[in-house]
Order: sequence, then structure tokens, then C-alpha cells
Amino acid sequence: MEVEYSKDAEMEKLLEDLKNSNIKKEDWEFHDNYKPVYSTGNGLNRKVVEEISDIKKEPDWMRRFRLKALEIFESKPVPTWGPDLSGIDWENTNYYNRPDDVNSTKWEDVPDEIKDTFNKLGVPEMEQKYLAGSVAQYDSEGVYHSLKKVWEDKGVVFMDLDSALREHPDLVKDYFCKAVPATDNKFAALNGAVWSGGSFLYVPKGVQIDMPLQTYFRMNGEATGQFEHTIVVADEGSKVHYIEGCTAPRYDRNSLHSAIVEIYAKKNAHARYTSVQNWSKSVYNMPTKRAWVDENAKMEWVGGSLGSKVTMLYPSSYLRGPYATTHNLNVSLAGPGTVKDTGAKALHLAPHTSSRIIAKSISIEDGKAIYRGLLRMNKGAEHSKSHVQCDALLINDNSTSFTYPHDEIYEPTATFGHEATVGRIGTDELTYLRSRGLSEDEASSMIVLGFLDDVMKEIPMEFAVEMNRLIKLEMGKLGAVG
Amino acid sequence: MPELKIKDLRASVEDKEILKGVNLTVRGGEMHALMGPNGAGKSTLGNVLIGHPNYKITGGSIVLDGINLTDKTPEERARAGLFLAFQSPVAVVGVKLSTFLRTAYRQTHPEDKVTLTEFYDRMKVHMKKVGLDESFMSRSVNDGFSGGERKRFEILQMVMLRPKIIVLDEIDSGLDVDALKLVADEIRDYYSDDVGFLIITHYQRILKNIEPQFVHVLKDGKIAVDGDNNLSLRIEEEGYDWIKN
Repeated sequence: MEVEYSKDAEMEKLLEDLKNSNIKKEDWEFHDNYKPVYSTGNGLNRKVVEEISDIKKEPDWMRRFRLKALEIFESKPVPTWGPDLSGIDWENTNYYNRPDDVNSTKWEDVPDEIKDTFNKLGVPEMEQKYLAGSVAQYDSEGVYHSLKKVWEDKGVVFMDLDSALREHPDLVKDYFCKAVPATDNKFAALNGAVWSGGSFLYVPKGVQIDMPLQTYFRMNGEATGQFEHTIVVADEGSKVHYIEGCTAPRYDRNSLHSAIVEIYAKKNAHARYTSVQNWSKSVYNMPTKRAWVDENAKMEWVGGSLGSKVTMLYPSSYLRGPYATTHNLNVSLAGPGTVKDTGAKALHLAPHTSSRIIAKSISIEDGKAIYRGLLRMNKGAEHSKSHVQCDALLINDNSTSFTYPHDEIYEPTATFGHEATVGRIGTDELTYLRSRGLSEDEASSMIVLGFLDDVMKEIPMEFAVEMNRLIKLEMGKLGAVG
Repeated sequence: MPELKIKDLRASVEDKEILKGVNLTVRGGEMHALMGPNGAGKSTLGNVLIGHPNYKITGGSIVLDGINLTDKTPEERARAGLFLAFQSPVAVVGVKLSTFLRTAYRQTHPEDKVTLTEFYDRMKVHMKKVGLDESFMSRSVNDGFSGGERKRFEILQMVMLRPKIIVLDEIDSGLDVDALKLVADEIRDYYSDDVGFLIITHYQRILKNIEPQFVHVLKDGKIAVDGDNNLSLRIEEEGYDWIKN
């Protein structure tokens, strides 16, 4: 009998947790007054790119790569097929901010003010509790990285990409911009030209890491850009879970975040990538994320997109070998005045490949949530299958959501399916719940947990807490007597 | 014995006055019917009583057992023992029926430390009585329910939450003859000296099964006539035209 109701008991516990949680936005929207030791100033040109390369004392091939990428960036127009990007101030953005010359493997060596910031965000605490390794980036540069010795001994490499380029140049060169070339899109080209920081994670053949590794990205300056480049290589038969968290203070002037994430899941490998994005409402978030998935390998994308002014993000999986699989879970929250243009791409390039995409979006007030997806099944991707599920929740009487799936099916034996649901919570729905004795708090917690029910185990609790906070705020407005 | 006192109640929607001074008292052990032509303000009264934010009270008072509910939130009214069965209950996607009812019960009866298992067992008994399959427990509130299923669920909530004063807004609409009988049986079962009913209806149909002692006719935002069940019979034969304000 108790087993029968165990899920309900669990739900009740979660509801209590959620009701009692009170993380406030201010907890991460603060900024410190740390002044960068070096900055290229505003604007972007050849000289700025050469300067960045000089400071980093990079090999010549990287310098040439950057300059080529800059040409591509300049030749490509700002995309107009999606959200309005006219708020990006290309000329007055600062493309490189170096916080300090220190990049340490000990927190003690990190400058006090920066260390305090990461302490407030709980980064060292997380590392101690449940991480196998940790990298911390502040504006343009990594300031800290560590990896537990047991994994280092097994040949795992985990550090910021700049350090990796110095210490493992050949390994980096093998993977750098192979999955995401600079020609891919304007923002990828920009990253190619001015990239700085990001993580490099290499897991050797057969090594299975049972604890996650995490990078925390913190943008502190106003009107700055953060252009990290992350590469995760899960070599044959290995297993790894990599997590990213990102926050920034809120400013009046817009900042730009344009990252590249490349993941290589080799034969029989299992790679999982989780990111929780909580940029402030002054950030344009335009990353390009892509995975190459080889024979019988498994790629899992788990994304929580909470913050930012505009986000355009479509993590892609190229299923290159037979029996390769990808799972893509993305939960997006479009708060008032923000746009989330998110989705996923799955390209089936080999037989018996499979993809499963779950996209959940919540729109609040005039927040706009858009699902944009691409599913391609090449001729020869025999017996491949795909399933796409889009769930939208509208919190308000007038909010809207959009779904733009795009399918290109060239293989007759392939099968695919789409499912879509839309739910609305407006004044009537809220009043109904309250008319039975539920407080606004309880109503919002139930709605959040109900909507995330099937993915709750996959996403960090922090996500549900923040979503609940935003929805509660909105419910306060809906419940007010007009 | 509970007592709901509605005194000179005035309310408007989007600045249009709909209720123009309603006076009505419902006590425990009483069964009232509120009838009236379309647009008389019947459903407005239900929504105003439960505190729907789109309806603005502009005068008068709602008092339950001496507690003034006029400015209270919907949840405070529910916790005081007032219950409205909605005419068109809305779907709340993602909110599981069982969890919803359990949470509502804990809010309306904080003193009762019933366990999860006991509560759900009790719920299953009543689901059977109102004619809802157990599988509804894990469904979202009203999501994909037929009109009749929504009404049965309203009645299930009534018997589970055990309110003192119950307002049923067009509970008979969308129900076939058998379902209507089932719902009427549940209402009569629940009826006692400790609960009072206000049954809002356009037709006399459900009143045949329930037989209220008091019948009121709402016309143009005011109670125009009071009477007993004979009044509802006359309305069935002659309509509302003979009633003058």
C-alpha cells in the first residue's frame, strides 16, 4: 500500500521543500568591484585579436585561426530569422577582460575579492561535496582549476582551455573547432576570433568517472563579452558527466555571451552535459553547442535556461556511427521581457541511430518561448528513430508560445514522431486552486512540480526553486483584485 | 449550526454593476435554490462569494459564522468552510488530482492528521460513489475531462473537503439523467444540520431530485421573489416573465 503511494509521498516532500526554499535573485545578481588587470578596451578589430593572442603567447596556428575567424565574423550578417538582436552593442562591448595573472590549483591563491564572489555562489563548497574536478572562470580567464588525484592518475585532463593549449597542444589541436567550425555561424566565428577560457576535459579510453566535473562561469564586468570555448572528449568506452553553471550581475548595458561547446563521444562512450544558465536580464546568450556521437555511443544534453535577455540555443547531436543515441532535455523559462529561442538538432547520419528530444518551456507575462528544432535523417540512416516532445506552459492570461519543428527525412525506413502540449495558468486556473484552500505559494509549487514531473530527476533542484520563485511573483499579480 | 449571511451585496465586472443589493441567508440544515433568467447575475453571485479577482465587490457584506469574508482571499473563504462547485471548472495542466485534493484537505482541515494512505483510501470510496474511476487520481485536474466528469469531480471535492456552506453553480448542466441522479444522491447524503446548500440553477430539473425548502428568483441583480418549491414548479410552467422587480 505504501509503495503504491510512494510517488505521492515524494511529491508532498518536494512541495514542502519548494515552499520553504527562498533563494533570492539578489543572491547572484550582486557584483564586486574587482578591476581587471588588463583589458583590450571597447570594440573589435584585427589589432584586438592579435593582442589577445599575444597576451596568451599562443602557437602560431591559433593566431592564424583567430584572424581567419575574424574575417568570417565580419563577412556574416547578424541573423534576422530569430529574435531581435539589435540590442547587441558590437562597438561598445569589451571583448577581453583579464582579471589577474593568477590561474591557480589552490583557492588560497585566487585574489580575495574574486574568491569571495565564488564563495558566495557556493562553488568551493560544491567542489568539496560532490565533484571530481572543478574549473572557475571569471570574465575572460580561468582563475582556478582542480582535479582529484585519482582521476589525474588515470590520465584524465581537466583544466581551462588556455592552460590545455600550453600543456597538451597536440591534443587540443585534434579537437579544436572540428565539430563547430568558425564558418558555422556569426557567433561561432566571433568565438573563434576572441575565445578565451572555457574548459578542456579529456577522458581516456575505458575510464569511467562516477562523479561530475564542473565549470562555473562568472561574468562580472558591465558591457563585456564572455567567449569561452569548451571541449569534452570522451574516448572509447569512457563515461563522464560534465556540468556548467553561469551567472552574472545585472547591469543597464547589455553584455554578450557567445560560447562554443564541442563534445566528442567516441565509440561506446557515454557523455552527459548539464548546464544551468542563469544570466541576468542584460545578457544576450548566443552559444553554439554540438556533439559528435560515434558508434554505439550515448550523448545526453540536459539544459536549464532560466536567465538572460535573449537566448538562442539549439544543442546538436551528429549521430555519426551505427547505434549512436542522443537524449536532449531542455527546460526554458522566458520571464517577463525576455526571449528564449531554444530547441535541439538531431542529425541521423548512420543506421540504427536514435534520438529523443524533450523541450519544456514556460512563458511568463510577455516572455516569449520558442521551440525551434531540426531533425534530419539522411538516406542510409536505416531503421533510425526519433521522438520529439514539446510541452509549453503559459503563465498569464495573454502569453504565447511558438513551436517550429523542421524535419528533413530522406530515409524511408526511418520513423519519427512529434508530440506537443500547451497548458495555461491564468486568473481562472489560479482562482480555482485557491478556492479549495491552496495558497498562491502552494498553487505555484504544484504547477511547477507538475509541469516538471517527468524530468524532475534529471534537472538540478536549483532550477525548480528559481522557476517557482518567478512563477510565484507572477501569481501575485494574477491573484490581485483588479 | 453554520450560517452564511449575504447582506445588500453589490458587485461589478469591468465596471458594470451586476449584483445590485442581494440579501440572502443560508443556514445549516437548509436547502436553497437560486433561480433566474439568463444574465440575472446567478453565476456572478457564485464567483463573488468565492472571491474571484475579476469580480469587484462594491458594497454590502458576506459573513460566515460571524466572520466577515467580504475582503478575504479565495483560500481564506475556503478555509472558513465555503465551497463553490464551478459551473465550468477549468483544467489545470500538470497538477495531479490526488495531490491537489490532499493539499486542499490539509489546508481546510489542518487539525486532521490523516495519513496519506488513509486519505487516498477514503478518496477511492467516494470516487466510486460519484462514478469516477480510480485512474483519475493520477490525472491532471480536469484536464481532458468531459463536462460530466468535471461535475462529478466537483462533487467529489465537496464530500472530501467537507465544507459548511456549499454553493452549486449549475451542477446539473452537462449531466445525463443517470449522472444527475448520482450527483443528487451524493448531495442528499452529505446534507445534514451541519451544512447548508445554495443551488444555483436555470432549470427546475435537479430540484425534482433534491426538493429545496427555499426558492429565490434573481432578476436584474436582485432577489425578486422568495418562495418554496412550488415557486420552482410555477417557473417551469410559466417561465420568468411574470416576475416583476
